[in-house]
Amino acid sequence: MIKISRRALMKLDRIEMPARDPLERAACFDEVNMGLTPEDATIEAMRCLQCKTPICIEGCPVNIQIDQFIDLVAHGDIRRAAEVIRMDSLLPAICGRVCPQEAQCEGACVLDKKHKPIAIGHLERYVADTIRNYGLEPPLEPIKPSGKSVAIVGSGPAGLACAGDLAKSGHQVHVYEALHKPGGVLIYGIPEFRLPKDIVQSEIDGLKNLGVEFEMNAIIGRTITMEELLTEEGYDAVFVGVGAGLPRFLGIEGENLIGVYSANEFLTRVNLMGAFREDTETPVLDLTGKRVVVFGGGNTAMDSARTPLRLGAEEVRVAYRRTEAEMPARVEEIQHAKEEGIVFDFLVSPLELLGNEEGWLTGVRFQRMELGEPDDSGRRRPVPIAGEIFDLDADVVIVAIGNSSNPLLPATEPHLKQTRWGTLEADETTGRTTMQGVFAGGDIVTGGATVILAMGAGRIAAASINEYLETGVWESNPASEPALQPAPA
Amino acid sequence: MYPILEAESIAPDVRRIVVEAPKVAKKHRAGQFVIVRVTPNGERIPLTIAESDTEAGSITLFVQAIGRTTMLLCELEPGDCLVDVAGPLGRASEINRYAGVAVVVGGGVGTAIAYPIACALAAEGNRVIAIIGGRTKEYVLLEDQLRSHGIEVIPCTDDGSYGRKGFVTEALIDVVADENVAVVFTIGPVPMMAAVAEVTRADEIETVASLNPIMVDGTGMCGGCRVEVGGETKFACVDGPEFNAHEVDFRLLQRWNTSYRAFETGQLEDLKSLDAEHHEQLLAPVRGVCARTALS
Repeated sequence: MIKISRRALMKLDRIEMPARDPLERAACFDEVNMGLTPEDATIEAMRCLQCKTPICIEGCPVNIQIDQFIDLVAHGDIRRAAEVIRMDSLLPAICGRVCPQEAQCEGACVLDKKHKPIAIGHLERYVADTIRNYGLEPPLEPIKPSGKSVAIVGSGPAGLACAGDLAKSGHQVHVYEALHKPGGVLIYGIPEFRLPKDIVQSEIDGLKNLGVEFEMNAIIGRTITMEELLTEEGYDAVFVGVGAGLPRFLGIEGENLIGVYSANEFLTRVNLMGAFREDTETPVLDLTGKRVVVFGGGNTAMDSARTPLRLGAEEVRVAYRRTEAEMPARVEEIQHAKEEGIVFDFLVSPLELLGNEEGWLTGVRFQRMELGEPDDSGRRRPVPIAGEIFDLDADVVIVAIGNSSNPLLPATEPHLKQTRWGTLEADETTGRTTMQGVFAGGDIVTGGATVILAMGAGRIAAASINEYLETGVWESNPASEPALQPAPA
Repeated sequence: MYPILEAESIAPDVRRIVVEAPKVAKKHRAGQFVIVRVTPNGERIPLTIAESDTEAGSITLFVQAIGRTTMLLCELEPGDCLVDVAGPLGRASEINRYAGVAVVVGGGVGTAIAYPIACALAAEGNRVIAIIGGRTKEYVLLEDQLRSHGIEVIPCTDDGSYGRKGFVTEALIDVVADENVAVVFTIGPVPMMAAVAEVTRADEIETVASLNPIMVDGTGMCGGCRVEVGGETKFACVDGPEFNAHEVDFRLLQRWNTSYRAFETGQLEDLKSLDAEHHEQLLAPVRGVCARTALS
C-alpha cells in the first residue's frame, strides 16, 4: 500500500494514461493507450475523495458503484474491485476504453472543478485488464436453469449486455448475428488501436462460459423471421439489438465516385475483414501517399481519420460543419487524432464531390460556414457564408455523418412498429416493443449513440424480460398489436 | 461450416455447387442471393441462389472462376466446406402473370442466375422465351433444363459455334419484333444488360436487371453496393438486386466494379504463382472437413 498524505494527494494532478508515441502509433494498429501501472492506478484511486453522495454514479448509464470499486483499487484489492464493477457491467474492459467518460462519470466528478476529475475510465480498464491478464476471474457459480429461453438479435454491445444478464438469471440465451464474427460495432466499427479485438473476444468467451450460444450468418428477418423465433423456434422472448446500420450519405453530387466510402464500409473492410493484413483477401483502396478527407465530428469520424494514417495516407483532414466545441467525439479521441497529425477543418460543409473522367474522386468543393442561432439540439446552427466556396484535393472521402435505422428487420415484421425516424418503437423504461414478447434497445431504438448507452438499454431490457418471463404479463401498450402467442406462464 | 454436397463443372471455368444450408434453402425465393466466404481469411462475395431444395436443405450456386475467391471456390469438391453462407439476402423477384410473353436474357453464368426466374415465370403460367448467350457452345448453359420447364430457348454464341451467331441483343430485337413481349429479365455482364435495356427502351417494355455490384456485408450496413437508379442512390443488397433496367446507370456500375482491379489482379497473380503444395494449403482449412457430414 502506498502511503501519501491527503494534503499531498490534493496537490496531485490526474495521472495521465501513458500512450504510445504519436509517430510510432500512427504507423501501426497497436493499441494507443498502454494502460496504467499498478502504482499509478493506486495513486489515481487514492485521489478519489470518496464523496458521501457519489454523483459520479448518477453520471454512469449503468450506475456502476464507482466509489466502491475505486476505494478497492486504492487498497490494492483488484479482485473485489472487479466484482463490484461486474455487478453492473459485464464488459468493463470495453467500456473503460470507449465510454465518453468526460460526459458521464468523470464529467460529474467534483474534482472536475478545481483539479482534473478522477480517471474513472482508466481505472475501470485497469481493473478489467488486470483480472484478465492474471486470470483472476472469479469461478462461475452454478446457475439454476429457469427453463426459459431468449433469442438475442444482434451481438453488439446491447445484445451482449442483455445476453449476460439473462444467462445469469438462468435462461437459455441464443445470440443471432448476421455477420461471420460476433461483436457488432465492437468488431466491425471500432478499430484495433482503440479496442483490441482479443479483448472483445475474451468478453464474448466469458458469455459463452455462462452458457450463451452464438449463431453466425443468421439474418433475422431473412434467414429466420421474427415470428418464427417466437413460434417454431420456441423462444419465450426476443431482444432486438441490431443497431442503426444503414449509413447516411449527404445526397450531394459525386457521392458515387470511386474513392467515396461510408465510414461503415471503410471500417468494416479494415476491422472486420482485416484489409490491412497481408494474409487476408478483402481489398481496401491503396491509401499510400493519398489525401483523405473525413466528413463528420463523432467518434466514428475520428476512427475513420486515424485508420487511413495507419494505412499510409499522406494527409488526413477532418471536415466538420461546426466548431471543435460542438464535436460529439470523445475528447481523448480528438486529442489523439491531433497528436497523430490529423488536420481539422472546422465550419466547412461539403457541397459537391469532384471527379475525373474515369469516375475517380479528385476533390471536394466546400462551403464555409459560421455559427448562427441555436437549433433544436441547443447547439448553434452552422449557416453558409455567402460566396465563401473553395476546393480541396482528395483521393478518398469517408462519410462519417451517422447512420439511419436498417429497414431489413422492421420491413419483414409488420408487428414491429417504427417511429417516423425509422427507429423501433420501444418503451424507454422496459424496452417493450409493439410486438408481444419482443424487446429492443440500443441504436435501433435511440438512433446512433454510444456503446455504453446501448449496453444500458440491453440491461434495462434484460430486467424487463426477466419480469415478463416470471409474470407472463405483457402490459397493454396502446400501440401494441394483438398477441401472436400466449404469454409464457 | 457449410458442407458441399455436389460439385461439377458445367462449362470451362464454371461450376455448379450444391451446399448444405437448410435455413437458407427454406427461405429462398427466386432472385435472392447469399454472401459466401470460402476460407477463414477470405472475402465476402455475393452469389445468386440458382435453386434450393428444402428437403435436402441445400442450395445450388453457379460460379465462374474469374477472381481469386471464385477460383478457389471452383476447386472445391463434395466433402469440402464453405466457412460462411449467409442469406437469403435481397428482395425476391416480382413474378407476375403477364398478358404477353416473358423473355429472360442471360449471358454466360448469368443464365444460371436467370434460370430460377425463368422457371418461376413459367410456373406462374407465362409463356417464357429464354435467350441465352455464350462465347462458344460450351458456355451456353442449362438449355435442356430450361426446356424441361416448357421454356422456349434461343441459344446464341459469339462465334456461331452453336445456335444463333451473334449477341443476345440481336436475338432479342427479333423476339420483340415478332412477339408481344410484356416483360424482359436480364442477367449477365454489365455491358450486356445495358444493351438489353436499350433494345426495350423505345417500346417501354418493362425490363428488369439483376445487378451484381461489389458488396461486403450484404445487409445494408456498409453501402458499398451503391447503384444509381432513376437518379437516386440505392443499395443493391437491400433495395435490389433487381431494378428497372431503363433507370439503372450502367456506366457507373461498370466503373464501380473496377474499383479494386489492381488489387484483384495482384491477388490472382499471387494465386497463380503458388506451387501446387502452397496452393492446396490455402484450401486446407475447408478441404474434406465435412466429408463425414456429406456422407451421413
